[in-house]
Amino acid sequence: MNRASRQLRRVLASRGKKHVEMRKQATKMEKAKKRGQYGLKQSLKQKKTLYPRLVMEGSHLGCTFCKKVGSLGPEKSAGMKLAKDQAAEDSSRDTVTRASYSGLAKRLSSYSFVQNLGLMYDALQELSELYLELGLLASTAFELPGNIERTAAGVVPSSDPHQIITPLVLSYFADVCLSCPQIQRGIAYEKTAAEVSCWRNIILQNQKAEQMVFPLNQESSGPKRVEQVVAGWKVQTPLEQEIFRLLHINSQPVADPVLTPVEEQSLKAMSLEEAKIRRAELQKARALQSYYEAKAKREKKIKSKKYHKVQKKAKCKDFLKQFDEMVKTNPEGALEELKKMELSRMEERMSLKHQNSGKWAKSKAIMAKYDDSARKAMQEQLQMNKDLTQKIVVPSDDEHESNEEGLETVPDFVNDSEPVIDSVNPWMRGQLTHEEPEVSCVTTEDVQTAEEENEEEELVGEFERKRKLRQADEEDLIPTEEEQPASEVVEDVVEVSDKEEEEEEEEDDDEEEEDVSEFNTLFRLMRSEKTLEGSNPTREGLNTPGQEDEDGLLNEGQVRVRNIEDLEVLGEVVDPQPIAEPSLPQTAAVEATSEPPNKKKREIDLKEVLTKEAKAVKVPFLPTVVDEEERDEQISIIKEAFAGDDVISDFIKDKSKREAAGRPEVVDLTLPGWGEWGGVGLKPPRWKRKRFRIKAAPPPPRQDQKLPDVIISENRNASVAAHQVSQLPFPFQNTAQFESSIRTPIGPTWNTQSVVKNMTKPKVITKMGAIIEPMVKEHFIKNKTTTPGGKGPAIMLGENKRAKEGAKRSSEKHRGRRSQKRRK
Amino acid sequence: MKVKVLCRNPDDYVRETTRDIQRVPRNYDPTLHPFEVPREYTRALNATKLERVFAKPFVASLDGHRDGISCITKHAKSLSTVISGACDGEVKLWNLPKQECLRTVQAHEGFVRGICSRFCGTSFFTVGDDKTIKQWNLEAPGYGVREEPINTILGKAVFTGIDHHQRESTFVTCGQTVDIWDEQRSSPIRSFSWGVDSFSCVRYNPVETELLASCASDRSIVLYDTRESAPLRKVVMQLRSNTLCWNPMEAYYFTCANEDYNLYTYDIRHLDVPVTVHMDHVSAVLDVDYSPTGREFVSASFDKTIRIFPKDKGHSREVYHTKRMQHVICVRWSADNKYVLSGSDEMNIRLWKANASEKLGLLSTREKAAAHYNKKLIEKFQHHPQVRRIARHRHLPGDILKQKREQREMKEARRRREQNVRKHSKPGSVPLLTEKEKHVVAVVE
Repeated sequence: MNRASRQLRRVLASRGKKHVEMRKQATKMEKAKKRGQYGLKQSLKQKKTLYPRLVMEGSHLGCTFCKKVGSLGPEKSAGMKLAKDQAAEDSSRDTVTRASYSGLAKRLSSYSFVQNLGLMYDALQELSELYLELGLLASTAFELPGNIERTAAGVVPSSDPHQIITPLVLSYFADVCLSCPQIQRGIAYEKTAAEVSCWRNIILQNQKAEQMVFPLNQESSGPKRVEQVVAGWKVQTPLEQEIFRLLHINSQPVADPVLTPVEEQSLKAMSLEEAKIRRAELQKARALQSYYEAKAKREKKIKSKKYHKVQKKAKCKDFLKQFDEMVKTNPEGALEELKKMELSRMEERMSLKHQNSGKWAKSKAIMAKYDDSARKAMQEQLQMNKDLTQKIVVPSDDEHESNEEGLETVPDFVNDSEPVIDSVNPWMRGQLTHEEPEVSCVTTEDVQTAEEENEEEELVGEFERKRKLRQADEEDLIPTEEEQPASEVVEDVVEVSDKEEEEEEEEDDDEEEEDVSEFNTLFRLMRSEKTLEGSNPTREGLNTPGQEDEDGLLNEGQVRVRNIEDLEVLGEVVDPQPIAEPSLPQTAAVEATSEPPNKKKREIDLKEVLTKEAKAVKVPFLPTVVDEEERDEQISIIKEAFAGDDVISDFIKDKSKREAAGRPEVVDLTLPGWGEWGGVGLKPPRWKRKRFRIKAAPPPPRQDQKLPDVIISENRNASVAAHQVSQLPFPFQNTAQFESSIRTPIGPTWNTQSVVKNMTKPKVITKMGAIIEPMVKEHFIKNKTTTPGGKGPAIMLGENKRAKEGAKRSSEKHRGRRSQKRRK
Repeated sequence: MKVKVLCRNPDDYVRETTRDIQRVPRNYDPTLHPFEVPREYTRALNATKLERVFAKPFVASLDGHRDGISCITKHAKSLSTVISGACDGEVKLWNLPKQECLRTVQAHEGFVRGICSRFCGTSFFTVGDDKTIKQWNLEAPGYGVREEPINTILGKAVFTGIDHHQRESTFVTCGQTVDIWDEQRSSPIRSFSWGVDSFSCVRYNPVETELLASCASDRSIVLYDTRESAPLRKVVMQLRSNTLCWNPMEAYYFTCANEDYNLYTYDIRHLDVPVTVHMDHVSAVLDVDYSPTGREFVSASFDKTIRIFPKDKGHSREVYHTKRMQHVICVRWSADNKYVLSGSDEMNIRLWKANASEKLGLLSTREKAAAHYNKKLIEKFQHHPQVRRIARHRHLPGDILKQKREQREMKEARRRREQNVRKHSKPGSVPLLTEKEKHVVAVVE
């Protein structure tokens, strides 16, 4: 108890350093305590008006102590004493603890302890009462100024409080007047603004929504409760009236909630968005499953026997490997497997399945004389039977190997047809002839099992590759230039330029030629794409990211437009706004940006190509079928017809001429005779020529630079320019963005119906004849108490975040402005 | 076992009528359909032209009033009913599809200043120059029964506007003060005043139904909350606002129609700068009403035109006028977002299409699809000069054009003058104000 009072004193002393009175009070308190009287109480009563601060401090402590000590009141101490007495008399404890317990009991029962406790208890109660009083005083904010005045008056009791303190305090709080209307308005405004901002998320969401359907369907599409349906329904027929009368008589609880609140909540639990997300997930899972199934099915459907054979073999290998491992690790499992094998063997022996005794086998037997494949099939059957009925010995390593060898010694191809019965007729050779080399290599290598494994893997890989190739064909993949060998490129060019010889070429059966032609088509495709891209009308004239035009301004005039002709006339009369001519450097810049700076890419150099071409013209594309004389005739005819008419070289010349015209000329500004001797035959010195000949920057690369057989005019077409966009429109940041927005067609000519529907869906849909009610707060903002703007998504999207930041920034800006603004 | 069912959309193969062309599966290989951009551009151009050719917004004119129309209100529950009040104290109920007057009531002596219909659609309230508020039944009285108001409240001063609460049986009037009334009482339950002697318009917020805004004659717009004891805040602008309208879908935005020919959209959380300044009118704007979707609003002006503005754009997307339409005093957007009603000085109520070239009535699926496609095309190619030129072309009467030109010159001159002042004064002493900042004088707390 002493310690507690000392602590109290210490705290009070430390807090009251500034106020001497406070300290004095503390010492007084101690003295009073020492005297053992209720002096503390008295002194506190005396001083409570004088030392509000002290009282406050004290009451704080009082509260905490009250909690601790208050529970330890006289009654409790008596109880404790009793407990201690009992503990002291308890025989089960050892003597030392019993002694300590008895000592404690004595201490508890001593007169001084009880007195101290009582004193402390009273003092703390007093303090807590004071604290509560003060709390009450401070609670009403509007009376605070008065309270402050009152307390301030109390701080200095000796002199007249109103003389010294009140003016000071009042001057300090002069402009803070809580009851004045301005502050009330401010508070009310803040409150309302905060309340209204809870709509922000919804408003943002609606602004960003791709489509809004009005009237906003506020009622859930789920099952409706009975009373909801009943509410909007009027009794009309006599039968209904009768029924309702009966219901009324029996007081059927129509209006009572049929659903419990829990049920209602569960109905509302999943919002539409959540449901959509969930559905999408499920769909995805289902799709994945179906893909997997489809894959399995596809593999199963592959008709190639060889593929399946190989697969089966691979599986078998795997199984054997596993079995080997199992023998080592899990003998019981291996034994079971063995038993299974045994069982299958038994079954095989019992049945006539592979004995060549079935209907099919008999028919084959008849055919076997003439048909190799039938014979082979029969052999296979027998082999299978043999395999299956072979007795399995408990596998030890060497035995297993020999066993396997035994299995493998009779490979499938042994029963193949004899190589080349009829070399003339390719059809008689059957399928296998194509794969002959592979087969042969297998036969040579099949002795070593390990190598065979590799072989099989290769085969599987080859299948895969083939399949992929086929897929690629289907997708019409256009190989890039760098993938093609140079020779092919050259050949292609030859072919492209000599179209008259194409027909002759067709007869050529060679595989390579086919490849080349295939490549050619691809190449042509690619080229046509390029030219299209080059002639894209929106390309030029977009480069100037101009100032924002007066968007949305209506062109208001006195011209009335009543029909299409008027519109046409309008076009002629009202000159479209002057379109800035795209200057050359800008196009250059565009070219530079649009062209990837990939120098490694193989480009077709015009010169190189042309030299080769010159040779190629001489190379005759011999039609093998056409007779020699005929060909000669044709050639001579063609030569005669185009004698002295070299179209190709003309074209090349024309193109080079155009290129030269496009190149900027060197400007010669030298003045002969300026600052030196002049006259006939005198040339200006070299330094002068060097200095005054000005070379212009090279023009941007021509669009047809890489296209040997095309000339693309780079002159601006005025008639097209009227339809082109001259400035980058507002929301776009670069030309590429804008072009991409234009490039994708949205019409039904190019897209499937669903895609068109999706792309052209309107932003706002209204229902005909339906009244669109304003938003209802209860429907959109569920619980106002949680947070302002509580309905927002848990994860903010990037855009949203940005919007938020923007809002914050703007609000800051506003605040800045507001502070500047003059106030009334 | 999973059963897969062949599912086809009937739209893909079913003809709409037997006379229709057969549906043929189409090959969408892009190489078969080249030149997609030029072809779409041509389509867009055609669509734009057709849109302008079919832009016939005027639907009907309702005549019958014997004085200028001073106020119009929509029926709360019925699309086909409209109530209008005239300057001679007459109130008429109209049936829009039949274009005929259902009922005529001599409601007040002097102007009918404001009408509002009750949210349930059973009655409507009128206020007039004779210092009364009258509640009328929407059902016509029986034959031979005199037209009598259900309820009449005599006020102390002239009421200039009235609006009804969205869900409760209270309404608000404005005049010398903004009063909130209970339908059952003959004296206001609440009165707000803030050093202003008269208000011209008061409107309930349709979403945050306890919020109110009013336009006062001291060029200010005052906000109220019926739950608070005092008004919330006041914005003082350079010129007086005539009316205002809350956005029915975005709770904290409202737009006010100002005497300085502009409309201002405000966010009530940041009143010191309007969100958007909508300019295009060439005379004082008298009325404004939001579309029920909250995306656009229509404004009526003293310059004899109606304009439709997108809510976030500074300029109008449409202007309506006719030779005979005089100063437009009131305008309303119908509750199904399809029509606009305007009441003007020359005693007519006009019905306009909100979307000038829209085809009215039921559309077949293909018509709808074509309309959507055309709209999308126009949107896609809107930046191309030809499309833009045609899409934006509007006819305007000569005098309005002249005024417009005049004002442009004035504005330019003002701008030049300001520039010169700035050039010849100490840097920073003449601040560069944006258009938005210019019009707000002060925000009073």
